[in-house]
Amino acid sequence: MKNSVRFAEMEVVLQFDPHLAEIRFGCGLSPKVSAPASVEAMLSSLAGPDQAALAFPISETKDVLELNVEFRRIKRKISQAKKQGNFEPEDKEVLNNVTRKLRRLRETWLNQALMRGVWTEDGFRERLSHFWFDHFSVRGKDPAFANLTATYVETAIRPNIAGKFGDMLLDVVLHPHMIRFLDQQNSIGPESDFAQKRRAQGKPVGLNENLAREILELHTLGVGGPYSQKDVRQLAELLTGLTSPQNVLFGYKADRAEPGSKVVLGKSYGGPQVQLQDIRNVLNDLAVHPVTARHLARKLAVHFVSDRPPDALVEAISVRYLETGGDLVESYSAMLNHPLAWSRKKANFKRPLAFIMSAMRALAVPETVTGGWKPMHFERNLAHPMALMGQNWLAPLGPDGWAEDDEHWLSPQGLGARLQWSMATPPKLVDALPDPRSFVVDALGANAAEDVIFAAQAAETRNVGVAMVLMSPAFQRHGV
Amino acid sequence: MAENLTRRAFLTKSTALGCSAAASPFLTTASFASLPTQNRVVVIILRGGMDGLDVLRPWGDDRFSSIRPTLAKSFDEKLMLDQFHGLHPRLKPMLPLWRAGELAFVRAVSTPYRNKRSHFDGQDILEAGTPGLPSEYGRDGWLNRMLQGMQHTHGETAYSIGTQPMLLSSGQADFFNWSPDADVALSAQGLELLQRLYRQDPEMHSALMQAVSLSESDGDSAIFETAGEDMTMAVQNNMAPGKARLATRRVAEFAAGRLADDARVACFSIGGWDTHANQGVSLNRPLSYLADTLNTLKSGMGSHAWQRTTVVAMTEFGRTVRENGTKGTDHGTGGTMVLSGGALRGGRILGQWPGLAEEDLFERRDLMPVDDVRRWAAWVMRSSFGLETSFLEQTVFPGLELGDDPGILL
Repeated sequence: MKNSVRFAEMEVVLQFDPHLAEIRFGCGLSPKVSAPASVEAMLSSLAGPDQAALAFPISETKDVLELNVEFRRIKRKISQAKKQGNFEPEDKEVLNNVTRKLRRLRETWLNQALMRGVWTEDGFRERLSHFWFDHFSVRGKDPAFANLTATYVETAIRPNIAGKFGDMLLDVVLHPHMIRFLDQQNSIGPESDFAQKRRAQGKPVGLNENLAREILELHTLGVGGPYSQKDVRQLAELLTGLTSPQNVLFGYKADRAEPGSKVVLGKSYGGPQVQLQDIRNVLNDLAVHPVTARHLARKLAVHFVSDRPPDALVEAISVRYLETGGDLVESYSAMLNHPLAWSRKKANFKRPLAFIMSAMRALAVPETVTGGWKPMHFERNLAHPMALMGQNWLAPLGPDGWAEDDEHWLSPQGLGARLQWSMATPPKLVDALPDPRSFVVDALGANAAEDVIFAAQAAETRNVGVAMVLMSPAFQRHGV
Repeated sequence: MAENLTRRAFLTKSTALGCSAAASPFLTTASFASLPTQNRVVVIILRGGMDGLDVLRPWGDDRFSSIRPTLAKSFDEKLMLDQFHGLHPRLKPMLPLWRAGELAFVRAVSTPYRNKRSHFDGQDILEAGTPGLPSEYGRDGWLNRMLQGMQHTHGETAYSIGTQPMLLSSGQADFFNWSPDADVALSAQGLELLQRLYRQDPEMHSALMQAVSLSESDGDSAIFETAGEDMTMAVQNNMAPGKARLATRRVAEFAAGRLADDARVACFSIGGWDTHANQGVSLNRPLSYLADTLNTLKSGMGSHAWQRTTVVAMTEFGRTVRENGTKGTDHGTGGTMVLSGGALRGGRILGQWPGLAEEDLFERRDLMPVDDVRRWAAWVMRSSFGLETSFLEQTVFPGLELGDDPGILL
């Protein structure tokens, strides 16, 4: 009975299939890049070098800190000058230039991110990078941070995708994007030296629980987890000292840290002498908590397999995660090697980013086309349509990221925007649109459903034919 | 098929096509249940921090002209609303609303947000309706929580309109999100092919038919006879980066259409209020959008619906009382709320005037907020939908005290 599951009367064999693997766990079929040959192949390319990132680089945060510093410097200069009434119009011009540069970078990176999806042989890595960004959602609160969010993914998320979850958690929590997004830089230990000084100057001091709360509620245990307000408070005290200086990637200011031991989930951390290691310790413990294992296992299964995943699948991932101390490749392996991951039932509806990426992959959009686009082309053909479909690239509404349920994405506006994009944009992405009859095979494989083949060949024009394939349920979902 | 798909035509069509209609919120029995209320509320978020002092100019305050040397230059008797207040020249198209008693302003109001003056946090607090940052309270919007307390709502009761998702309407209750920018254009044959494709996928079928119906509800065709030049033109036009003026107009037209029909709540945003420099020019555009939006809502809704409508336009904070060095204003605190609608007891300036003397200002720089902007929004909701005080004070706007009825509606 290996690899088979009994459904009511009939027995269906559920197992790895290259096309389903690419559609469900990767970036979709491509006429130019072949689908993975086995689960082992998927896992071993994941454990190997990040080829897509090498081919289509995106900066790490440390490489663009200067821009951030420059942005803040000129903003401060302008605001001081305004107060003193000696504002110089050239400064405004400098600010505009920096902002333009930042925006241009964001467009370049959007293009690189999409090109990775179009040309990668390791599509699972791209999808995992979306998944983990979503798990650790941040949103930039000012133009400098908003435009540099791609570097957060590149620095804190992507290098840890095939590592231990605890390492990713630590890199994320120490990254300036997360620190600033959840107000950690304003959190000051009430009994710290810094707090005493500020009190003496009559300035406000206080703890900010935001990051601590989200670590417990979203990043590790999950909202129903076994923690209380007291744990949130104690973790917040433990996190004091983490800050985000402008010109270095990360800072720990011991004079802001709350002295004394703190108890989180019944375990004591720290002592009279504050140190960063206490924060590392608590995050490591949270990362390998059984409830965290369950929370992450369920999220993986929901994201990749079904809004309502079978318990057995969640259990298998969770068990392997715990056994291996939060080893992510082992956890993915438990998912991919489970027959229930290969269910042929109607699968999840693609999110807008996955839809656009897979459409561009099926069209094999060459790097040279979008690489030559002007800012308005990006806005018109990619950024704005994605926002209309409901997924503003790397800018989720809150720290809980984008919705997982299909109903959320299957709105009239979402579907209307997909149809509009499928009609209007493909002609701009390739020199000549493919014959819809061959495009069905490019996008859905040789075994595409009869009705899609019919729609493709019956359409009045190539344009409509290509749109029919892209809008078919088989293409809009991660496998039917 | 290029004519408007009315709801009835849409119903017949869907049934004729034999699709699974059950999944469509348009078609649930609740859609046809009579509602206890005919009243309507529109909430407009003015993003960027509207300068209330420039919108509603306090000419009656001696200090006004001197504190705003370039911005308060053009006094015009014809724009005076009473002895004290005059409209910004760009709001002249709103004078007929004022004369009809369908326009009012509330002075010196703000959310509980103080001192930090960040757009991001200010808008979050405004839309969450909470006393502090929503991270401390939850992640839904006050309009969504309000909807949860309304009786007999259905899939079409409440609309959130525009490209960007709004925190204001996020949450458990069912808000219908639609942006006229998502208008589709397809040939009749293309639509038939898609419907065939969606036979096994009722959720997609339902979303498609609603998208077609909504695309046509603002008057332009979505379905063309052939996949010829007309369709191609429409495809490209719909994708074109909308001129902001047209996009704003389309949102208002769409809202008016839905409110004239079954919708009772609608919300959307108007941006562009962050006028740090050359405000004499930069404020003109958002002001003309606001005036155009109110007039479009009125004309598009028809008098029956308009007479039962209250429009609430609010911003995350006001701006500094003094001009800055670049003929603009910076982020402030006390601001101005705009109310409109046929249900409004308008033609009035509401709220207290805190004065412009330096010692009367908040932190000696901003107009002193003398009242909570949420209180006014809460009274509009209470008067329109008969909601309980305790529900408004605890659930919709936690920690708010409703206080005395300001008698906003007729």
